[in-house]
Amino acid sequence: MADVIVRLIGDARHVAVGNASPIPATAALAAHALGHGRPYVSLLGSVGQTFFTDGGRELFDCAGQGRLDVFFLSGGQIDGEANINLVSIGDYRQPKVRFPGSFGAAYLYYVVPRVILFRTDHSRRSLVEQVDFVSAPGTSPPHVFRTGGPIALVTNRCLFSFDRARKRFTLSSVHPGHTLEEVIENTGFAFDRPSEVPTTPPPSPETLQVMRGVVARELSEVYPQFAAAVFGIEQRRAG
Amino acid sequence: MLAGNIAEALAPIVDGCTLLIARESSGAAMEATRALIRRGVRRLHLVACPTSTLQADLLIGAGCVETIETSAVSLGEFGAAPRFAEAVRTGAVRVLDATCPAVHAALQAAEKGVPFMPLRGLIGSDLVRQRPDWRVVDNPFLPGDPIVLVPAVNADVALFHAPMADRDGNVWIGTNRELLTMAHAARKTVATVERLHDGNLLADPLLAAGTLAGFYVETVAVAPRGAWPLPLPGHYPADATHLTEYARLAATGDGFARYLDQHVHAQRAA
Repeated sequence: MADVIVRLIGDARHVAVGNASPIPATAALAAHALGHGRPYVSLLGSVGQTFFTDGGRELFDCAGQGRLDVFFLSGGQIDGEANINLVSIGDYRQPKVRFPGSFGAAYLYYVVPRVILFRTDHSRRSLVEQVDFVSAPGTSPPHVFRTGGPIALVTNRCLFSFDRARKRFTLSSVHPGHTLEEVIENTGFAFDRPSEVPTTPPPSPETLQVMRGVVARELSEVYPQFAAAVFGIEQRRAG
Repeated sequence: MLAGNIAEALAPIVDGCTLLIARESSGAAMEATRALIRRGVRRLHLVACPTSTLQADLLIGAGCVETIETSAVSLGEFGAAPRFAEAVRTGAVRVLDATCPAVHAALQAAEKGVPFMPLRGLIGSDLVRQRPDWRVVDNPFLPGDPIVLVPAVNADVALFHAPMADRDGNVWIGTNRELLTMAHAARKTVATVERLHDGNLLADPLLAAGTLAGFYVETVAVAPRGAWPLPLPGHYPADATHLTEYARLAATGDGFARYLDQHVHAQRAA
């Protein structure tokens, strides 16, 4: 997943990573290492991996001005029109399941040109026909100020691209070890697909080396549990 | 200003007050939070600036909170916030769901003394429908351009933990500048700090740039490792073993009660 995201990041100048996003953080730091210092990467909650010095609002002010190119969002539910739900399942006042909340999604989804959606458990429970609560809509009517939105959805099984005009996902590739049938079976919304669905190319040896080395060490500051479990990195004790 | 102990420093935080709390990565005042629970504070209107983790979960689980305005409550890498989620399901706490920049904007409005701030995004989100205090208006400078207004947050006290303070009540906050915004926005600020700094923090321009002036600070108390078991970035990491244990215990009401007995009530009153 992280390697797919590295390729989606492309030649962006500034990539920010929000809360609870270890895989996007891995990808952003790898893109930075492979790009020899570009893109700028801002990890929320980090001391070392961010250039922000004006408090929590700087990320949002940066984004509002168009100075942030790529951001990552997920949702307890994501639907076929790329609406995301980070709040609850069932009735809002008496929910069956309560999620943490919307974080910065209800703002950043509108003003970051390339938002990459991610979901590590690709299932009909999370990828639904219609979300129960819209934390942030996938698209907006023309009169609503909006300079950004979703470009893709990366899951543990596949990669979808998103067409904002048609409000629809298209299956771009299926990851090695997974099948088209499995993707159809586990996706709760309708999507388009080419007659021949490509297989996602595996990460290059260079990318893997970077992720297991410098990226894993950098990651351990904000995501010590993830870095330990995935890369076997013990936490650095800050000075 | 410099309080003799934490309990004394927390005197401005009275039942029913509106309390701003800092996000985990800026410095959550956890020793103070345990002291508030021991004191039995009630009916707090908690405003997470803009999110919270263990701090909000503890206060909600212990029955101290009537409403919480927040962009999210979770335990981060340690999973969902179990007492928050349960309290929302049962209606024990009322949530005013927000989004991070809306909280920042509401604080900025308060520090400027203006009634509201405009904010992009949000239109078409169900958050707007659930927030009667947020308004969609037509941009007066460009008719046909709808924009959301969020009201200034009207807070009694801001509470956070920081690396150091001096005897004049100046508090060094480094680059965690949302703590400045919180302090400017609230009527009073209560801070706990790792240690006392000899001399005046405002006297050194390098330190002054990262200092909240004592002018804004009602009380400050020394609380070494006062963010524990949460991290104080740049000083100490999170106590992963403890937080894993919390997540396990707090999954049930009984387990949470045991946690409070062992780690909150059993502790000496600081």
